[in-house]
Amino acid sequence: MRFYRIYAIIERDMKKFFRSPALMVASMVLPLVQLVVLGYAFGGQIKNVHIALVDDDHGAEARQIRADLDAVAAGPKTFYVSEYSHLPDAMLDLRAGFVKAIVYIPPDLSQRVLRADRPRVAFIEDNTDNFAVSGVFERIQEIQTDLNGPEIAAIQPGETMPKGLATGERLPAAVSIQPVEVYPYIEYIKYLLAGSVSLSIFVVAMIGGGIVFIDDKARGLHEGYLATPIGKSDLILGLISAGALKGLMAGLTITFIGGLLAGIERIWDPVRLFYLIIVLSCTALAMISMMFLLMVRVNDPLVPRAIFGVLNTLLFFPSGAIYPTEGFPKWLRAISVVDPFTYAVHALKNLLLKNTGLPGIYSDIGILLLFSLLFTTLCVALFQRQL
Amino acid sequence: MASAENTTNTAIEVDKLTKRFGDFVAVDGVSFDVHDGEVFGLLGPNGAGKTTLIRMLTTLTLPSGGTAKVGGHDIIKDATAVRNTIGVIPQALTSDPELTARENMLFHAKIYGVDSHERDALINRLLALVDLEKFADVLVRNFSGGMRRRLEIARGLVHSPKILFLDEPTTGLDPVSRTNVWEMIHRLQDEHHLTILLTTHYMDEADRLCDRIAIVDHGKLAALDTPTRLKDSVPGTEVVEAEFSNAPADWLEQLKRLPAVIEVKDQNGVVHISSHDGPGLVGALMDVARQQKVTVHRVTVQGTTLDDVFLHYTGRQLRDEVGSGAKLDISHLYK
Repeated sequence: MRFYRIYAIIERDMKKFFRSPALMVASMVLPLVQLVVLGYAFGGQIKNVHIALVDDDHGAEARQIRADLDAVAAGPKTFYVSEYSHLPDAMLDLRAGFVKAIVYIPPDLSQRVLRADRPRVAFIEDNTDNFAVSGVFERIQEIQTDLNGPEIAAIQPGETMPKGLATGERLPAAVSIQPVEVYPYIEYIKYLLAGSVSLSIFVVAMIGGGIVFIDDKARGLHEGYLATPIGKSDLILGLISAGALKGLMAGLTITFIGGLLAGIERIWDPVRLFYLIIVLSCTALAMISMMFLLMVRVNDPLVPRAIFGVLNTLLFFPSGAIYPTEGFPKWLRAISVVDPFTYAVHALKNLLLKNTGLPGIYSDIGILLLFSLLFTTLCVALFQRQL
Repeated sequence: MASAENTTNTAIEVDKLTKRFGDFVAVDGVSFDVHDGEVFGLLGPNGAGKTTLIRMLTTLTLPSGGTAKVGGHDIIKDATAVRNTIGVIPQALTSDPELTARENMLFHAKIYGVDSHERDALINRLLALVDLEKFADVLVRNFSGGMRRRLEIARGLVHSPKILFLDEPTTGLDPVSRTNVWEMIHRLQDEHHLTILLTTHYMDEADRLCDRIAIVDHGKLAALDTPTRLKDSVPGTEVVEAEFSNAPADWLEQLKRLPAVIEVKDQNGVVHISSHDGPGLVGALMDVARQQKVTVHRVTVQGTTLDDVFLHYTGRQLRDEVGSGAKLDISHLYK
């Protein structure tokens, strides 16, 4: 062993490190991004969950419940409430994923309260998203406590305290909350599946649209066909389509293998399969075109490798794949809004966990296609036809 | 080799073509014409601007000034027509190593829209032309440098171009592969009557292949003519190359006074004496060296070479520049 040889290697490697800004930045940015994104992506306070209220009673208790729900929506903002006239309409939206829970006040609630006949309010929940629904349910339980508590009125001088309050005796019958789960129990592996499928497409996009694309550029392979009459749009559309096909293959493979491992029922249902192929294709198009857009002006093969981890953290975790977006702070939600992962995960959860069909996925498909169109157009505009 | 004298139509017209990268001028107002059917060589050291020039003519780089027409099409206004007319074999090996030779050919044939009924026969014919028919279905990553270069020449012909650009076609190849490539270029020229523009920094390559040669140095055209005429333009038909020690201060002046001497140049301690009578000059040279007590280390006599031509027109020897780090093409740094 010779120290000068070891020193030579150290010296060479440090020189290379300091001459690669992309690598330096990535090695420092990645842990910071992970700290901030993961720190805020998990266990945050649930906010702005969309729930439905169906009030078929309109009695005093129902009015109190509505007032309490409005107070939560205005105060801690755990949820916001849309009122439905008919329970079946609300159920349709719950199954399609537009609302996460329904507070149903049955028509005889007030009468049951007066008769002390086990008055109940139904809390119908989309139990495919337990994190978000649990947050909402905690608030509903607080409302229940408030509803069942003694009325506190100002006592005028000379008046005596109402009997019930003085003795702690409950006034009419207590309203109970009856939770109703719409779907069978969802294991966490099923909850994660949509994220894993999206991640498989992202990895294909990162390798095909990032690493291989830049490596081919650096090796001079692009020069071979830039001298041909091929147009910018032909080239970009060809590369994106090929990448999307590879992404679709990866996505379908993980869907089937993951679906079988997680125990998704009727994974071979042809209608669901058809919608899955559409969602996976749109996801692959959006992710590959996004990756080409990020790499369209990059020449250094180190760059895609360096930003792989950062992109993965920045796009995967804010998507709601691991923890619901309703638990994120505003800035993280803003990332999730412009993140194709979010819509892919949402649509895949709707198909794999709820089998919603088209109503639960059409908006995601539309947004993914819009992303693809935007990214592809920008790619064509920014691609340099000359060396 | 076709004679340039017999060709009159112009395949490539270059008019004051210029390329700047920031303050660095890679190609400086170069003008020349390439005749139909000739093999035209751009000869110069690394960093002279040859590759930048060829990239502009093949529409891979936009010029900063000047114009050029390739196959009658303007390289800026009608780039697609230029690309349809030309075949390009860049300096880098650009065939895809993960595909077979046939698949590489097929990809390019499809890009050029070659008729699907003709593709297979055409590809077989071209692979045979470059002696690769036995390796048609072998992955290119298993090819040697020479095989890849030959494949790329075949690939460049897949759409039957009228003009072929070859950027340093034999750089990095072993002597056998170089000879193979040269023979193939001759064959192409004979059989397909192609106009070929090639760049090289090898004197022997330019001498053997080219009908006319343009000497490029520091982005400018230093000379342009047939190899024979270029050699004839150098004073003296023979050059005596000698190295001395213990020479007096006026030694070069004394040499100039020797009979039949036309020109004397000192190139890094090696004295080049142009003369019409090399062997006769050596005798006189030895006599005067003995009288002046100058030690003669080496004397050689040679006919005029392109190296002498390069030295004559640029004041430097090309072989000193080849591979010189100081003269590497740095244009990519300005992208």
